[in-house]
Amino acid sequence: MSAPATRAPAAARKPATMAQALNRAMRDAMAADPTVHVLGEDVGTLGGVFRVTDGLAKEFGEDRCTDTPLAEAGILGAAVGMAMYGLRPVVEMQFDAFAYPSFEQLVSHVSRMRNRTHGALPMPITVRVPYGGGIGGVEHHSDSSEAYYMATPGLHVVTPATVADAYGLLRAAIASDDPVVFMEPKRLYWGKADWSPDSPEQVPGIGRAVVRRPGRSATLITYGPSVPVCLAAAEAAREEGWELEVVDLRSLVPFDEETVVSSVRRTGRAVIVHESPGFGGPGGEVAARVSERCFHYLEAPVLRVAGFDIPYPPPMLERHHLPGVERVLDAVARLQWESDWTAAADGGGTEGGGN
Amino acid sequence: MTVLEQPGAYHLSPPPGWRPQLDPAPLLPDAEPHRMLGTDAAAGLDPALLTRLYRELVRGRRYNEQATALTKQGRLAVYPSSTGQEAAQVAAALVLEERDWLFPSYRDTLAAVARGLDPVEVLSLLRGDWHSGYDPRATRVAPLCTPLATQLPHAVGLAHAARLKGDDVVALALVGDGGTSEGDFHEALNFAAVWRIPVVFLVQNNGFAISVPLAKQSAAPSLAHKAVGYGMPGRLVDGNDAAAVHQVLQEAVRRARRGGGPTLVEAVTYRVEAHTNADDATRYRTDDEVQAWRAHDPIALMERELRSRGLLDDAGVREAAAGAEELAAGLRARMNQDPELRPDDLFAQVYAEETVQLAEQRTRLAEELAEELAADEAARQDGAQHDGDQHDGARTEGAHGAEGATR
Repeated sequence: MSAPATRAPAAARKPATMAQALNRAMRDAMAADPTVHVLGEDVGTLGGVFRVTDGLAKEFGEDRCTDTPLAEAGILGAAVGMAMYGLRPVVEMQFDAFAYPSFEQLVSHVSRMRNRTHGALPMPITVRVPYGGGIGGVEHHSDSSEAYYMATPGLHVVTPATVADAYGLLRAAIASDDPVVFMEPKRLYWGKADWSPDSPEQVPGIGRAVVRRPGRSATLITYGPSVPVCLAAAEAAREEGWELEVVDLRSLVPFDEETVVSSVRRTGRAVIVHESPGFGGPGGEVAARVSERCFHYLEAPVLRVAGFDIPYPPPMLERHHLPGVERVLDAVARLQWESDWTAAADGGGTEGGGN
Repeated sequence: MTVLEQPGAYHLSPPPGWRPQLDPAPLLPDAEPHRMLGTDAAAGLDPALLTRLYRELVRGRRYNEQATALTKQGRLAVYPSSTGQEAAQVAAALVLEERDWLFPSYRDTLAAVARGLDPVEVLSLLRGDWHSGYDPRATRVAPLCTPLATQLPHAVGLAHAARLKGDDVVALALVGDGGTSEGDFHEALNFAAVWRIPVVFLVQNNGFAISVPLAKQSAAPSLAHKAVGYGMPGRLVDGNDAAAVHQVLQEAVRRARRGGGPTLVEAVTYRVEAHTNADDATRYRTDDEVQAWRAHDPIALMERELRSRGLLDDAGVREAAAGAEELAAGLRARMNQDPELRPDDLFAQVYAEETVQLAEQRTRLAEELAEELAADEAARQDGAQHDGDQHDGARTEGAHGAEGATR
């Protein structure tokens, strides 16, 4: 993988969508490494239902970008065999909920083959999963399925929220010798940002969170489709006098505890925001780790703003389900702003205080 | 002119997208399982091959007996026996070239052993010291697969990758009758046929999926008939006739090698033992049925053929038995040693690069083990100190503590 420049000249940067960045990442990966093969439903001639694989079959041939029969277990199972023979498959699952038939292959083989064989059979497989709601999709087209994957040791679970991350993280996922479930927030597919396809900016690798917006009042911990929501909430919160820090996890597994913990220790308050149902969702794990490591720094309980614990609603009702700016601000308002004991203790030294 | 003004014409042409059907006849299996042993056709068989098959069958039977015995002695956690199915497994192993790949299920350890793998390494899964004990890339045998039929798409993908690289590699995947009901069986066969993958699917139809007989598993004319729906040939063979299985598989492998695509082979055989040592087969089948199959034993069939052709005498039988005994004795001796367990391996190779969280957990376990070891050592020293002191009341407690710590 070539090392892209940190920052392209302004002239080379132009508006690009996340879908275009993802497409470019696969194209560059395929050009750089002949063992990279893309396979999935409609990924060839059509270029994918979201056009994320557009042009790959034409440029690299159908042996490199292959339309498969409509069978997700077969697709991922075939990818396992391809990886066993030294290829680096990139699998597209058409939609979040359509990936479920491949679950057994993922859990019983992809995630544990390296471990099972003492490292003899690594699984350098990238499973791209367009996920999440907010696109007006009918049933089975809007699930946030990341918690299932997070609960499976042996997988990496990665999700970009920006155009630059989409490129950088997908390149890193394809280059990784571990299986990566690459969750693409489809509601951000068409979001644009200035970006240079010919010299994409370098982004931190898999397993590193980033502070998207610095602040000192409270930390919003989020990822994927909820990152723009949290950034908007942070902007709106300024009117209330709150300076909210926004941490974009970027990778749910591996989990970047250090970035999260250092932010919460600074702010003393934390809200976790995601679309996935709250019960048994990623936020519970994050909250537990924050509580374990930031207990003496917390002014308030760690709160979660999540999707309701319901099957994903029909499109005409989904706005009631999705965590939005108002719900985030409501949670921030409940962070016991009257409490200032850690701030008060600051004068006498806070480290490990609160006894 | 309207459509109604052209009577008949509307119905004359087929739907626009329709194309003439492929003729299914060449894909259909024979009405009866293919046989070689005891038939006139057997005269054309290579004596060296028959002799080799016989020796491997005898070794395979002895291996099954030894593994079953080791299970009763607590040396294996579980053993799914392939007694009675040796012909299919041995033929599957012998039909492959070194560069080809074998995809076994958990009941196919014999196929791996017959391919030349170290039986102790093969039995790692069933002994329980690790999940897979051999190197699949070095041996070209995929890890023993437990979730039914899920190894079949792996065989398809691997053979696909090999062909993309221009390598002459055939994958042979083993599955049971129960496994043919799984979705992965369907998906793998469909992929293989659409992509004309050099893969051979061998169904060992041993009559039962644990307790459920084939009649409750499938309403197909035969399992081999399922091939037709995918557009590949189905072959039906007597699974206890090693020569016939070898011949049918060899044809299928050659067909795959020359670009002819996949074949589904159904070997009709019988699981003479229970599903595993933990199963009680008397709850779901009669002894008469088992006895009928014992009379159709793969070793006996081969022995009769060899003797009738003057290729085997009592000395040859003794020689084959001695070879099998050597395998069993070696296996017994090595399996009676406690395996070396490395708890650190639990964390090694979960990921290429260990996560922070796993590193913490590995350290925690290492600390626990160090404490355990220290307690063990302390108890041992304590025990040694009090040794011979009949009147020391602490002795019993100390010795008991030591025993507890070492278990």
